[in-house]
Parts: sequence; C-alpha cells; structure tokens
Amino acid sequence: MEFSIKELIDWNKQIEDIIYQIGLDCYPQEFEICSFEDMISYQAYSGMPARYPHWSYGKAYERIKTFYRYNLTGLPYEMVINSNPCLAYLMKDNSLLLQILTMAHVYGHNDFFKNNRLFKEGTNADYTLEMFKNHAKRIREYISNPGIGYRRVERILDTAHALKFQTSKVINEKRLSREEQVKRLQEKYQPQPKEFQLLTDEKAEQEPDLDKIPLKPEEDILNFLIEYSDLEDWEKDILQIVIDETAYFIPQIESKIMNEGWASYWHYEILNHLDLPQGMHLEFIKRHNQLISPNEGGLKLNPYYMGYKIFNSIKEKNPEQPEKLFEVRELERDESFIRKYLTFDLIREMNLIKYDERRRYYSISEVADEEGWREIRNTLASSVGMNKFPMIKIVEFSKADNILYLEHEYVGKELKMNYATETLKYMTELWGGVVQLETIIDGVSKKIICDEDKEISVKGV
Amino acid sequence: MAIFREYKNTGKDRSAEDRRRHRELIEDSIKKNISDIIAEESIIGKSKDKKIKIPIKGLKEYRFLHGTNKPGVASGSGEEKRGDKISKPRKQQDSGQGGADQAGNQEGEDIYETEITIEELIDYLFEDLDLPYMERKKLSKIETESTFKKSGYKKKGIPPRLAKKRTMIERIKRKKAYIRTHDDFDEDERFPFHNEDLRYYRIKEEERKESNAVVICIMDTSASMSQTKKYLARSFYFLLYQFIQMKYQNVEIVFVAHTTQAKEVTEDDFFHKGESGGTYISSGYQKGLEIIEERYDPAHWNIYCFHCSDGDNWSEDNQKALQYAQKLCDICNLFGYGEIKPNYTRSAIKALYSKEIDNLNLSLVTISTKEDIWPSFKEMLESD
Repeated sequence: MEFSIKELIDWNKQIEDIIYQIGLDCYPQEFEICSFEDMISYQAYSGMPARYPHWSYGKAYERIKTFYRYNLTGLPYEMVINSNPCLAYLMKDNSLLLQILTMAHVYGHNDFFKNNRLFKEGTNADYTLEMFKNHAKRIREYISNPGIGYRRVERILDTAHALKFQTSKVINEKRLSREEQVKRLQEKYQPQPKEFQLLTDEKAEQEPDLDKIPLKPEEDILNFLIEYSDLEDWEKDILQIVIDETAYFIPQIESKIMNEGWASYWHYEILNHLDLPQGMHLEFIKRHNQLISPNEGGLKLNPYYMGYKIFNSIKEKNPEQPEKLFEVRELERDESFIRKYLTFDLIREMNLIKYDERRRYYSISEVADEEGWREIRNTLASSVGMNKFPMIKIVEFSKADNILYLEHEYVGKELKMNYATETLKYMTELWGGVVQLETIIDGVSKKIICDEDKEISVKGV
Repeated sequence: MAIFREYKNTGKDRSAEDRRRHRELIEDSIKKNISDIIAEESIIGKSKDKKIKIPIKGLKEYRFLHGTNKPGVASGSGEEKRGDKISKPRKQQDSGQGGADQAGNQEGEDIYETEITIEELIDYLFEDLDLPYMERKKLSKIETESTFKKSGYKKKGIPPRLAKKRTMIERIKRKKAYIRTHDDFDEDERFPFHNEDLRYYRIKEEERKESNAVVICIMDTSASMSQTKKYLARSFYFLLYQFIQMKYQNVEIVFVAHTTQAKEVTEDDFFHKGESGGTYISSGYQKGLEIIEERYDPAHWNIYCFHCSDGDNWSEDNQKALQYAQKLCDICNLFGYGEIKPNYTRSAIKALYSKEIDNLNLSLVTISTKEDIWPSFKEMLESD
C-alpha cells in the first residue's frame, strides 16, 4: 500500500465534512481494505460477504479476472453494497487518489441507496447482510443434507436463476394469496342492486372461473411455481430464496444510470471541494474523465456518462432550486429519468444514435436531430433496467390436456430463440409437464412447445 | 465517522469451489461436443502431444432475453447519418450466420479458449467407452514392458538409488546411540555421515502381464473413394487407433490398403496417400487373413479388424468377400465394417453381410457425414 490507514481516515474526515455541507444523507459507512483477489471475489458475489454457492459465481469470477487480465478497465476500485451500515471495499493496491475518489463516489451511492424510492420500498438495508448470510446457510444445509445433496440443489438453483427475472416490475408489490384473489373476484362479480333495474340492459356478466390456474395471467413465474407446482418444500424454499435475492437487486437494475450518474456527480463535487495537492488533482481529472467517457464507437452507452450528464443538466436548468436534484434522485428510476430529463439538447450534445441490428452490420436509423431525438429517447427508455427482460405471462394451466400455457407480451422485440427454448426446458423441468409459449417469430405468431422429454417443437398458431 | 477495516490476509480462496464446479461443467460440455471437435480435419493424423486450441463457449446462463432484432442506443461521434452501416466484428458475424445461435454482442456470450493436447481430448472421448469382447487371451509371448518398483532398503547400492531420508534416519540413530554412551558429547559438535549410514533402495523388477491386441485396418483406396470418403475413413481410423492404443499397453497395428490388390502399408502412407483403381474387397480381407496367420495367433492375440469402404465392390467379387468376412468374424474379437456413403444409400455388400453373416463379432455401420463418425464409432464398439 502506498498510503497509511491514517491518511485514509484523514481524507475521509474531510469528505464527510463536505457531505454534511452539501446535504447528502447517508447510512453509516464502512470501508474494508482488501486485496485484488478479494475484490474480484466480492464482485463475483455481488459484494456480499456471504452468499450461497453456485457455479455461476465461479464463472463470474473467471470472467472478471480475465477482464482485468486483459486490462480492459485498469484496476477495480468500486464495490459498494446497499446495506445499513453501507459496506464498501477499497482495493489496497490502488493509489491514494483512487481511494479518495472511490470513497467520495461510494458516499454518492450510499445516499442513493438510503433515499431513492425503489431502495427504500423494495429493500431492507438493515437486514441485507443477514439475509444473504441466512440464505447461504439454508442452501448449504440442503446441500449437506444426505437426502438432498449438491446436485439436486444445483438443479433447482439453475432453474430458479433462469427464471428469476420473470417477475413483476412493480417494486414491493403485495402478492395476494389465492383465497384473497378469489374473494376479490367474487366481490367484483357480485350482482349489484341496480338503481334503474328496468332501464338497464340485463347483460349477463360472465361468471369468473374460480378454479382457473392461475386466476389471472401471472408474470411472476417463480411464485407461480411455489403456489401451484408439486415441488417439495425444500425446493420451494430455494425458489423463495432466489425470489428474495432478486427483489433485492431489482432496484439496482432499475436505476443503474441514475445511481452511477448520482455517485459520479457527487464525487466530482466532493473532490473539487477537497484541497488536493496538484499531482493528485491531475490524477483525479484524468480518472474522472475516464470514468465518464462516452465510450464512442463501440455502440455502447456508458451509464456513468449518461447519468452524470443528465444530473448536470438538471442542475443547470434549475439554478434556483438546489433541492430539485435531490427530488429527482428520490423519485425516479432509469426509465422515467430518461423520459423526463433526457432532452433534445442533451441528446445532441452526446451525439446519441439509434441503431438496428442486421445480420452483418448495424444500421443507423436515427440521429440526434429534430426528427430523431424523441425516437432515440423512447428507445433508450424502453430498453433500460428490467425492460431488458421480455415479459412472459403464465396464462393458464389446462388440466384437460395437461399443458401450461405461457404468452410472450410482444413489444416489437422478438425473443432470442435458443435462449427461450433452453429456458422453457428449465420451466418444464420444474413444472413437470408440457409447457407451451406463444410468441411472434418473424412477424408470425408461433407456439413453442416443450414436452415432458424436453423436446422442443415450433408450430404455427 | 466511517469505520475502516484494515487489510487482513485471510488466505481464503472464496470462490474456489464454485470455480471448480464451473470448470467441471465446462469439461462436461467439451465431452458433449467432442464429436464436433474430433470432426475437425486439423487434428487427424497429428502427433499426440500436439496442443490444440479449442474454443469453448462459456456455460450460458439461459433466461428469456430479447433477440437481436431489438434496436439500441449508443453514443456516436456526431458524424453519423441515417442509413449508415457499421460492420460487426468478425466473430459476431460468424455467429450471426450460424442461424440458431445468433449470439450477437450481448454480454454473457463468453468464449473461453482452452488449450488441450490431443491426448487429453482422446481421454475425454474414450473415458466411458470400453472395448467389446475384451478377453484375456493367453499371455503373450512377446515381452511386455517391465517396470521397476521400490521395495525396502539395502546397504549397498548405486548412487542414484540412495535413499536420502532413510540415510538421515540412520545417522540420527547412530548419533543418539553415541550420545547415550558419551556424556561429554557437545551438541554443537559436527557429527558427519558414515559409510554405514548409507541406505539404498532395493528394486524389484515387475513384469506386467498384458494381453495383446492387434488392430488390422483395411481401407479401400480405389478410385471410387473420393477425397471426402477417404477423409471420413481416415478420421474413423484415427479414432480407432487412438482408442486401442489407450486401452492396451501392447497394441500392434497393421495397415492394409486395397484396390483390386491389397498391400500392407506404413501408417504414414495409410493416412496420407491416395490411390486409384478398381475394387476387390476380398483382396483386402485375404491380406488381413494372411497377416493374422503369419504373425498373430488368435489364441494369444485379441484381434480387431476394421474395414472402411464405400461398398462399390465389383459384383463378381462379392461372394468371395463374404466368405473371407465370415472367416474374419470367426477369428477376430470384432470385425467392423464401416461403409462410407455420403448420400445415405446402402450398398449390395453391406446388405449381403447383414443377411448372410450371423456372428456377434460382426458390426456394421454407415458413415455419411463428419458428424456421423463419432456416433458410428461408438455404435461399432458398443454393439452386442
């Protein structure tokens, strides 16, 4: 280490003073100093000190390591988790300036975790670490249970991971039990005494089918499996674990651009308030510019860049209302953030383009001009966060022909076929019967059927 | 005030277990795709320790995703115009052409490149496969490899077999004994090795008794065997050759190439030279039988005989071929006939064999494409 803990503590003190002045509202902060290897490990396990074992984390580790080996981004420095107290890691081989920058950046995230609506309503930061630890413990118990064992646990986890994002996009939605749903339906269809009995048409309301499975189309596939499949209790418990962990991560997925933009905005402010020696100041400018570089040419979009730009523009547009920024960070998520605050000026300034993918090339369909900018903004807004994942609904389980019917809600984007068929196989694996998915392929409605032997067939509707 | 936790080297490799499992799953996937790898021309006939690089698609974490037709937004340079085309990197183009596997630029498409030797590949390949009818024939007359094994110690020996640890122990024993009898012994005093401390390993020669195998590869090299057909046949033999070599310590291989006449050829010629001419299948069999009679007594040898041909035999030879084939079935542990038919038809000769020969030792397969090689190979060896 090219610095002492004492130095870190001193700089942190200064940062905390600035935070207090500018009004960031943070959880108590903890920093753990770790090695390069530890850092990669934390990244592979999403920062959690304890997490259940699964090969996908091994894969993540190898991938991250390869990524750094080929030096694609330099050294890893940022890893912070949404918990109270907020836990962040500092990689010991980084320079002192990088540690200061990271700390300032982390406070930005910390404030965001504590105040953004999605996090406040969707996660319980007080219990984050405990929850993950508890899940790890439960899964390890199933693994070491001689009646269950590693392979059977893995089978459920593989499936649960494949389906975990097929869930409601509403944060912290209350799930109604079947009984409650039945009750509501009955109330809804109860013939109401009518005021003008003779004048109103006696149109027979269709009786709701109260035996239907599910009662109404279900987008939360794992919950559906818990309610209606004949899996064993421990299997359902594993599904529940995955559901709970996914719910914890959804706010982060939904606010990546805002979250990074917010942290970048504040680290820039904070470091400019600090009295950095000249050499460190230059390093700071260099690092900062790297972090928020537009990523030009790679047909990618850097979330740090976009978020940073938007927050800056909000601030410039509202010079009289410094609280506007804080309001935005509290209320929005990426989709609404982009729809409301990604303006024509910004799109032009960032030279955003919209492209369509063809077999051998990408074709640019819109550029940042008067006609194109709205299309660019809308395309972006509808592809960020959970919009990455297609909406698949379970429509009905037909007892008569023993088929589970799924429907893809088509919004102009087709499913990636080989992924869809493999995922259907997972679905069949747990459901234990034929699963059929209706979707649109090349503009034509098709049924993809996965039978009990996991044979896939595609038919026209 | 934030809490700082100082760096502690726990020495814990947290993800080790998950990485191990991931690698295990990757190995499984190599095994599953091995026939594709083996069907690549480049490895056929290569030396065993040659390292080849094989790209392995990382294990995919499947889930429902949007396909490639979805539009995207990116930051450009400001120079772009509507309708401009940006070509994809080559790798993506390839996968785009692949049809089913349109992977594109999504994250999650990780290709690992693993370097493995052909030998390792073969090991993977044959792990679960066993030779049929592997009888222990009478122990061989040709000497099998003998190995040496350490067994105890002795006081005299040659320097390379010095047992250092044992020698140390002997010296310590002597030193302790000396101290017991000499009260004035100073611990710091030098206590050198003595000749009588030295110990050497005793070596026992072990003769391993192995049953022996001979593989007779007979290949049709007539004009009708086109380049493709020959390639298929060679790939098939390559597998066979590797496989038998793995299963037996002592394996001899005989290569016979035939047109209307047969001759014994070297491995190199067999795999690399082409010929032309008409076809008398019987000539190849006859040559095989001759070789067996001369050199490999069926009482002592496991004999495996394989023949690859496109089955375009001159019809006047068919009866003779059948006769010899029957004979081969009788004396061999396995007689395999692989028919190379790129157009999925069936020749008269194969029909004749399956009709006339009623012998468990006979195995008939048809190979039409590269992809058939591995399944046919398995079928041939697993047949009962």
